[in-house]
Amino acid sequence: MAEIEGGGGGGKHKGGKKRGKKLSTRVDFTPMVDLGFLLITFFMLTTSMNKPQTMEINMPDKNVIEEKDKTLVKESQAITLLLAKDDKVVTYFLKDGEPSTPQIQNFGAKGIRTTLLEENRKRNPLLDSIPVYKGMLNKGIITEEEYKARLFDIKSFKNALIVVIKAADNSKYENLVDILDEMLICNIGRYAVVDISDSEVEMLKTVNLN
Amino acid sequence: MAKVKVPRKSTSVDMTAMTDVAFLLLTFFMLATKFKPDEPVVVDTPSSISEIKLPETDIMQLTIDKTGRVFFGIDGQKTREDILQRMAKIYNMKFSPEEIKEFSLQSTIGVPMSQLPQFLKMTTEERAKANFPGVPTDSLNNELGNWIWESRLSKNAERKELRIAIKGDRDANMPTVKRVIAVLQEKKVNRFNFITSMEKAE
Repeated sequence: MAEIEGGGGGGKHKGGKKRGKKLSTRVDFTPMVDLGFLLITFFMLTTSMNKPQTMEINMPDKNVIEEKDKTLVKESQAITLLLAKDDKVVTYFLKDGEPSTPQIQNFGAKGIRTTLLEENRKRNPLLDSIPVYKGMLNKGIITEEEYKARLFDIKSFKNALIVVIKAADNSKYENLVDILDEMLICNIGRYAVVDISDSEVEMLKTVNLN
Repeated sequence: MAKVKVPRKSTSVDMTAMTDVAFLLLTFFMLATKFKPDEPVVVDTPSSISEIKLPETDIMQLTIDKTGRVFFGIDGQKTREDILQRMAKIYNMKFSPEEIKEFSLQSTIGVPMSQLPQFLKMTTEERAKANFPGVPTDSLNNELGNWIWESRLSKNAERKELRIAIKGDRDANMPTVKRVIAVLQEKKVNRFNFITSMEKAE
């Protein structure tokens, strides 16, 4: 208890006169505080404060696109990423309709991100100005809207890298989310998730990742 | 030399301030608490750097677990009632008002339509133990597609736009994920969200 009786209260009076006991008006709060903290602990543990985060994705429409509406891109502009088993990514370019030698890479900063940034930088000279704009945004020189508009312009630069993502059946969902995340990190504006073709499954066999 | 007398101090501490703080915090947590809806499966979502927050309302959630089962969930009790009635019409089933009421309280379902009456009879404890087969997604018996389609058709006064979120486990296999995406596309949904958790610093 937080309180110790400090004498007083009821002592024997010498006079023999009977008096009513003087009761202390203090209430011991300790159990109430205990209860309070118990409930706090309970609510703290059960509460879920953070809302889940999401990643938005747009898929191409299933309807057949007419020939005249199709946009043609240069072969050298598009990189194909095949998500394979064991958290590996296989990348290749098309050259004269033939795929180049597939490269096996890992996920993460040292693997696929380096490649994507490098390839994108080759094609998009404006890419390096993104950190500059970011710095200007942080210093308050440009507004959030301006920054977003500039980012959008840079991302949709006509020669920028286009990424085609194809997931093999033995890859995992995490791989797909990771690669979409890399698109955000590497500022790649144009990418698509497409079904894997038979020839690409064959290609994965040649690198022992089927 | 005179002895210095140490004055006797009372050992009682005033608890009032502490009580005040304790109860202030208690009130805060009580009001801020939103109990997690009980989910039939544990799903460990992959992480991403995306910082878009998922809205709490007007959400349809498709959960894909490790073993490739698919669960369907939608918010709003009124909406759920409406959707069940629409689904019952498609599958020629009859649900009693009690069953509809019970259904409206379920945040997630993971059983085929044929097992739904049985599922609605279960108690909460039985549900926690039960091992659900998931909503069928194959093209012969595409119940997931019907759930999605009916949810989109279901008009609810306060509903603005239905957002569709896929909550997949890290280790969910790709064919199931692809199948769910294909079902969404069949039902003219080309824009959806992946639920992720906060990226850990690398």
